[in-house]
Amino acid sequence: MSNEDIQKGLAEIVEEVAGVAADDVTAEKSFVDDLDIDSLSMVEIAVQAEDKFGVKIPDDELANLKTVGDAVSYIAGKA
Amino acid sequence: MTTFSIPAATTGTRILGMGSYQPETIVSNHDLAKVMDTNDEWIRERVGIVNRRFAGKGELLVDMAAEAGAKAIADSGLQPTDIGAVIVATCTMPSPIPNAAAQVAERMGSKAAPAFDVNAACAGFCYALATGSDMVRSGSAKNVLVIGAEKLTDWVDPTDRSTAIIFADAAGAVVVGEGDEPAIGPVVWGSAGDMADAIAIADRNSSIHQEGQAVFRWATTQIAPVAIRAVELAGLELSDVDAFVPHQANLRIIELIAKRLRAKGAREDMVVARDIVDSGNTSSASIPMALDHMRAAGEISSGDVVLLMGFGAGLSYAGQVVRCP
Repeated sequence: MSNEDIQKGLAEIVEEVAGVAADDVTAEKSFVDDLDIDSLSMVEIAVQAEDKFGVKIPDDELANLKTVGDAVSYIAGKA
Repeated sequence: MTTFSIPAATTGTRILGMGSYQPETIVSNHDLAKVMDTNDEWIRERVGIVNRRFAGKGELLVDMAAEAGAKAIADSGLQPTDIGAVIVATCTMPSPIPNAAAQVAERMGSKAAPAFDVNAACAGFCYALATGSDMVRSGSAKNVLVIGAEKLTDWVDPTDRSTAIIFADAAGAVVVGEGDEPAIGPVVWGSAGDMADAIAIADRNSSIHQEGQAVFRWATTQIAPVAIRAVELAGLELSDVDAFVPHQANLRIIELIAKRLRAKGAREDMVVARDIVDSGNTSSASIPMALDHMRAAGEISSGDVVLLMGFGAGLSYAGQVVRCP
């Protein structure tokens, strides 16, 4: 799966969980500061991403994923 | 060789009556915002709570438990002397001994009744209900009073904005007795002791601490399958469930579990308990209190199939289906 496909899939999850338009979920955006996503929504996003991409995203790793691009790279590296 | 004699097992058990008690003092999000760095919007978004109630000065856990218990006995049409055992689910007694149940039995007039506490934290009521039901079914007691009672404010740091906004005080109770047909389903229960630290009061000088993300992940992924199993074990379909009454931990957890149940066949019109909004998280008291409030509000009525699901510190969980009395 290409990084582009991962980002598209992640954006769909973010839209469903947090109500942020998928088009706004771009690589440089910070989940917390730009997309206004709280810590519990981050867990929901991680759980859905685990199912969708077949990866594990533990809470301590999740804390390091500040931007959408961080998450895409993490998933690409584990998938 | 002589043979022991034991009572014949009954056909089934049911909830005969229920009741609940909340302290008078209502504490709103705005009240909390005056004493700590928080605000109404933040609390509503994170946990879904608007108001909660705190016990008054000198108001004890056993006082609240006895109030709820007495209401449940009255609702069942029985007398206090008809109660064959008292079980109090609690994790917030001020002292490890004596237990709560013996004092509660005494106060209610159920003198000399067997009485013990169960500590499975927020899963405690469902553990105690299963135990009480099995006691009636096996003939150990004819009618069992099962109470969930908590005074969490004794164990919360009132300045900790991550916990002080959530936890509150209350008690809820049901009376379990014999039924011509089963109206309390088999329990599905278990524990996850590898996550013992996720929700803990470390020692007698500590306050409750919770790892929010870890608990949220566990509750929103591991609990729905347990609830579904409880429905299956009772020989029912998810579409038979009229109401879902999970532990009132956090409105977002409640709604996510309900969403998972609906994805697996639960009805869109299944009523989902939202008692947390005006009661806060009252641990073992939350399920019986929500049941009582929902019946009073007409959200559930006699004969409805209600799915109960407790989960919390331990970690521990237990769920079963019951028929609303």
